[in-house]
Amino acid sequence: MKLDFKHTQAAHCENGVTTSLLRHHGVNQITEPLAFGIGSGLFYIYIPFMIINNGPAIAFRTQPGLIFKRTCKALGIKVERKKFRSKQEAERILMECLAAGQPVGCQVGVYYLTYFPKEYRFHFNAHNLIVFGKEEDNYLISDPVMEMATSLSSYELERVRFAKGAFAPRGQLYYPKVKQEVTNEQIKKAIKKGIKRNAFLMLHIPGPITGINGIRYTAKKIRQWRDKLGPQKAGSYLAQLVRMQEEIGTGGGGFRFIYGAFLQEAYAYIPLDELADLSRQFTKAGDVWRSAAVQAAGIYKGRIGSQADFNVMSDYLYTVADIEKQAFQALSKIKWPE
Amino acid sequence: MKKEEIPQDLGALGKITGEVVYAVDESGKYGTALSNGWEVKSSALEVAWKDVEQRIEAARQKVINKEASPLLFFMEYRVMDIPIVAAYTGFWKWQVKKHMKYSVFEKLSQSKLEKYAVLFEVSVEDLKTMHIHEA
Repeated sequence: MKLDFKHTQAAHCENGVTTSLLRHHGVNQITEPLAFGIGSGLFYIYIPFMIINNGPAIAFRTQPGLIFKRTCKALGIKVERKKFRSKQEAERILMECLAAGQPVGCQVGVYYLTYFPKEYRFHFNAHNLIVFGKEEDNYLISDPVMEMATSLSSYELERVRFAKGAFAPRGQLYYPKVKQEVTNEQIKKAIKKGIKRNAFLMLHIPGPITGINGIRYTAKKIRQWRDKLGPQKAGSYLAQLVRMQEEIGTGGGGFRFIYGAFLQEAYAYIPLDELADLSRQFTKAGDVWRSAAVQAAGIYKGRIGSQADFNVMSDYLYTVADIEKQAFQALSKIKWPE
Repeated sequence: MKKEEIPQDLGALGKITGEVVYAVDESGKYGTALSNGWEVKSSALEVAWKDVEQRIEAARQKVINKEASPLLFFMEYRVMDIPIVAAYTGFWKWQVKKHMKYSVFEKLSQSKLEKYAVLFEVSVEDLKTMHIHEA
C-alpha cells in the first residue's frame, strides 16, 4: 500500500513534516518558511543547570511539536495527536490511518534510525518524519532531511517510535484531521499572528535564559568558559554550541535565513516595506551566527584559544543579540493594515 | 548567506544526502539550495565523538581497576546516560547506579544481566568481559 503523497525535502524536520502534511491536506500556499514563521519557530534558550551529552543545554528552536500545532491552529485546521503505551496499539492505529489514506507524522529518536549516518546517531528524540505507506514488512518513510523517500522495517520503525530518554516520543503520531483549503486572508492573519508571537517570545519572556536575553547570557558565560572549564572542556562546550546551532533539526544560523525567507514571503501577502527590510536584518543575524561558528571552530580545533579569542566569540553573540533585538522590536511595532 | 557562499565540504551526511539551506541570490531574493556539509560542523561533530571515545576509554580503565562494572563501559559505548539506561531496561535509576558498582554487578542474577545485554546488543558473556564484536 502506497499513498499518493509527494516527498519534499526541507531544512528542518518539523517544518518539513508540517509543510508536506498541510500541502497533502489542500493548503496549497504553504511553504517551509511560511510554516516556520506562522509557527513562530525562531527561539533561543540556554538552560544553565542542565547538561546534555556532557555539554551545555542550548536550543535554537521552540519545543518539539509546537511548530506543527501553532501553524495548523493559526490556519484553522484541526489536528489529531496521539501517544501510546502499547507498541501494538501504536502500530495498529498507524495502519488504520494508512488504510484510510492518511499519511502520518511521527516523532522519533535518531539513535536507532538506520538510514542516518552513524556519526549523527546520538540519543536525540525530537526528530520528525512522515509514514506514507507499507510494502510487505517495510514502511515507506518521507524524512524531510533526506533528498529521497526511504523506508524502515516494522521493527525499525517501532524501535525509533519508542525511543527512550529525554523527549521520549512514546509512539507519538499526528496529522491534520480534514482536507481543507485555506484562503489568502487566513494566511495573512496567520502571518501576522506568527510574527507578533515570535517577537514576544524573543523579547518579553521574563528571566535571563530565553530569547535575546538568553543569547546575551550565553555570550557572558562564554567569556568565563576558558578559565572555569579549562581549554579542552571549553572547546567541547563550543563544539556543542555549534552542533546545536548548525546541525539538521536544530539550526541557529540556518533558522535566521529561513526567517528571512519567511519575511520575504510574508511581504508577498502583506506588502509592507518593513517586512522586506527586516528580512535583510535576519540575513545579517544569520551571517554573524555563522561567523561565530567559524570562530568557535578555530578554538575547538586548537588553532586559537587565548582569552581574547573567547572574547571575540562572545562579542559575536552580543552582536547577534543586538541585531535580533532591533529586528524583533521593529517587527512588534509594525502597524498592520486591517 | 549568499548562494555562492554555501559551503560544500563533503561531510558524513553529505555522502548520503544534500542538506537544504536557504540563501539569497544577487538580487537579495531567498531561495533554497543543497549543501554537502560544512567543515565547521563536521569538526564540531568530530570533537563530540572524540569526547565520547575518551569517556569510553576512561570507563574501560575503571572497569579494569574494578572501580566500576562493565555496565559503565557499555553505557558510554552506546552514548547513553543513566536515565536512558533506566528507561530502556525498566530498572530504577538508583538500581542502575548500584549495578554500576563492580561488587554489585558480580552478584547480578542472570535475568537482570540479560536485560542489560539486550539493551547493549551483546551476549551476557561479552557483557561480563567487555567484549565488542562489531567494528
